[in-house]
Amino acid sequence: MTWTAAAVAVVAMGVALALFITDHKAQIKPGASGYGVVRAGFDGVAAPVSGVLATPIRWINDGASSVGDYFGAVSENRRLKKRVADLQHLEAQSIALRNLNLRYEQLLKLRTEPPIPGLTARVVSDVRGPFSNARLIDVGSNGGVKIGNPAMTEQGVVGRVVGVTNNVSRLLLLTDPESRTPILVDRTNARAVLTGDGGPNPKLEYVRGKDTVKNGDMVLTSGDGGLYPRGLPVGVAQQDFRGGWRVRLYSDRSPVDFVRVLVFDDFAQMVDQARLAAPAMPPLSREDQAKLKTATDALAKPKAATTPAPPRSAATIAPIAPPPTKASPPTPPPAPRATTPPAVVAAPQGARPLATAPSTAPKKPKPKAGPPRATPSPAGHSFKRVHTPDNLPQYDPRFPNGRDPGA
Amino acid sequence: MSRRPSQPLQPWRWIGVPALLSLAATLVFAAPLRLFGLSAPEPVFPIALAFAWAVVRPSLLGPLVLLLLGLFQDLFWGGPMGMWAISFLLAYGVALLGRSLMVGQEIEVIVVWYVGAVLVAIGAAFVLTLINSHTVPNLVSVLWQFLATAVLFPAVQRILSEFRDADIRFR
Repeated sequence: MTWTAAAVAVVAMGVALALFITDHKAQIKPGASGYGVVRAGFDGVAAPVSGVLATPIRWINDGASSVGDYFGAVSENRRLKKRVADLQHLEAQSIALRNLNLRYEQLLKLRTEPPIPGLTARVVSDVRGPFSNARLIDVGSNGGVKIGNPAMTEQGVVGRVVGVTNNVSRLLLLTDPESRTPILVDRTNARAVLTGDGGPNPKLEYVRGKDTVKNGDMVLTSGDGGLYPRGLPVGVAQQDFRGGWRVRLYSDRSPVDFVRVLVFDDFAQMVDQARLAAPAMPPLSREDQAKLKTATDALAKPKAATTPAPPRSAATIAPIAPPPTKASPPTPPPAPRATTPPAVVAAPQGARPLATAPSTAPKKPKPKAGPPRATPSPAGHSFKRVHTPDNLPQYDPRFPNGRDPGA
Repeated sequence: MSRRPSQPLQPWRWIGVPALLSLAATLVFAAPLRLFGLSAPEPVFPIALAFAWAVVRPSLLGPLVLLLLGLFQDLFWGGPMGMWAISFLLAYGVALLGRSLMVGQEIEVIVVWYVGAVLVAIGAAFVLTLINSHTVPNLVSVLWQFLATAVLFPAVQRILSEFRDADIRFR
């Protein structure tokens, strides 16, 4: 019996290992969402069950908070009065600065970011171990939540949405080992990447510059890559005992029961896609058009003369290209379909691939041979490749700047 | 959970009920609770079952249920698929290997074996997370989860005292 049980355990282990490898490959594949139907379905079922089971715990939590509030009211009142007194002079300063800032924006005609709408959601479950840090919230795609949306408490950033069903979403917290967040240090504007490791204080990696971080520096989202809006408060920098930098998160100061999801699309979705996809070339002058036509004709004539079409019998031609008749006029070439390029949320290297919003447009067959990158004209000019909706380059995480160095 | 010696040992009693209890405990412990600024611990309940089931008796059903529990844990906690299933099955394997060495031993010896099985399971999760996310998980957090799981030994002891040697055919 022991050997049989061991054999079953080995088979089960093989199945688990295959699942792990498949899931890992799916995650590192460029453009893969890593969040399948099974996970979405599971979240849809687990969230209400977890919510019911967690109700008594929530009561205990609320009771403990009430007791704490009751006994701590006097000391808290005293502390808040002192804080209000400290902040009063900052209020006047803030009003003056805001006024000045608005004037500068108007004078310089700066394009400021639009306000971001938000949705308040209740946290149904909170996974906080060393290997996973995630939360299920009770707002999903029906409420307008999309994959990639950031989530905050009233204090600071909590994480971002990595899975959405109709009424439930899954948040990946900043502390999760798979979380990577581009941030900046408020004092020096130095960039870094906030990397979760399952602990309460995520690490700062790839800190740019020398001595750009000090203990107590405020850390904000940088907005690089369009993953988060710029300037959301994240936490305070703190040096650890090994000399590295960590961040004490502001969101730890607030209760875990509610979050605010910012319905924020990455910057690529905030601009007019139709204008981006429109041909970028300036219109040709009449002279250039005439030159182009002459050159095209010159190219077409010798080709027709040197490569005559082989003779074909009527039997072979007929099924391939029926001659146009009056009863059946020639069908016009199909008009280019307006395809919406998939919304891609850029994820930093190593992060769980975030979001490739499924495109509703039907897939087009891939052309066998694409047009050349630059077509030399007879006059020696070269025409740049025109990006139409059909050949709009897709986001490739290997080349975050949008350039292929090998091309 | 008490049973009379005359009652036959049904799989749902020593595998089904504990598995359901472990699922419920996992869901309850994932409640968003923070008392006085401190988060509640997050033990990995199925590791205790993996150890206890292997010691109670080798069975075909045990590893399969552990596989399902592991997949549930992966889906609910949001980790890579298969990670916890591998960890639980490794703990089961350790207990199965040491089963003959634990027979007739004092409780302290079984505690040591249990702690070893937990260590193997958490260590496997540590390595698999390292492979998956290219990040070394926080050692202090790992230690807390290890301790939270190790203190589940009374539940293991309860299962052993209830079902071990329950059927004389397996003595």
